[in-house]
Amino acid sequence: MSHEGSAFELGGVTFGSRLILGTGGAASLHALEQAIRASGTELVTLALRRVDTAPGMGGGLLDLLDRCGVRLLPNTAGCYTAGEAVKVAHLAREAFGTDWVKLEVIGDERTLLPDGVELLRAAETLVADGFTVLPYTSDDPILARRLADVGCAAVMPAGAPIGSGLGVNNPHHIRLIRQSVDVPVILDAGIGTASDAALAMELGCDAVLLASAVTRAADPVAMASAMRYAVEAGRLAAGAGRIPRRFHALASTPDEGRPAL
Amino acid sequence: MELTVNGTGRTLPAGATVADAVGLVTDQRRGLAVAVNGEVVPRGGWPATPLRDGDHVEVLSAAQGG
Repeated sequence: MSHEGSAFELGGVTFGSRLILGTGGAASLHALEQAIRASGTELVTLALRRVDTAPGMGGGLLDLLDRCGVRLLPNTAGCYTAGEAVKVAHLAREAFGTDWVKLEVIGDERTLLPDGVELLRAAETLVADGFTVLPYTSDDPILARRLADVGCAAVMPAGAPIGSGLGVNNPHHIRLIRQSVDVPVILDAGIGTASDAALAMELGCDAVLLASAVTRAADPVAMASAMRYAVEAGRLAAGAGRIPRRFHALASTPDEGRPAL
Repeated sequence: MELTVNGTGRTLPAGATVADAVGLVTDQRRGLAVAVNGEVVPRGGWPATPLRDGDHVEVLSAAQGG
């Protein structure tokens, strides 16, 4: 597969893969490493938690990500206020030596959908603090534009609630977002299977971020591979000019020269 | 002095620093960040930052997450 054709730029860095993988939900570090390798991803999310919550995990996870040669994208998962998210971003910068952040400020624990007001506030502060801010946002085109306006390096609308596997619930809004901003649009959250990822790309997204769809699949390695090809297939299809939808059939075999039998 | 490290009550001698509190909860050296009473303490400042009675210390590292 051609690397050049699929490359895209995010935060001043060129990535060959348009699949961003989240590490949440993997059954073991071994399973996670295999899935990362099968996915072909070059950018992987991780979280910041108390070091003694899962002994050995912190260092082991970082070693694994080092071995895979991927770039780190720390998240602010679990934050409900702008103040909290800004602090977590600063701590992640200290821990992982990167000023990239997947900014999450959620509104409630049942839907895990973003709180747009707090999100915009946090984004503005972190951009001013020198971060490359990639906000997990809703499928609202106006909020996406506001996030781009304050200097976010991309916008990452949810296709559906985190971990729901419901796919892309509002395809039209994803298209509108693509038209509303000049920064990359990354479909984040809600992906259940390969066709969802392909659809996101066909709608014009520049990349797809997913975690549970791979890490919680019965066979994470097979699904990671499926996602890799789905993202590439969707990107190619998006640029290939699909045929219009028709109400009735249109024969592909010519009538001319049909034998009289 | 009595303080809280990652949500657990701990006792440390007077004059203990952030570096001492980190040593209580992990041997890990890389990929760590510390907040004292909600404020980030950069790594370079750990040995020179004294703790006080009642401080809340968070010692954080990488975890799986989307």
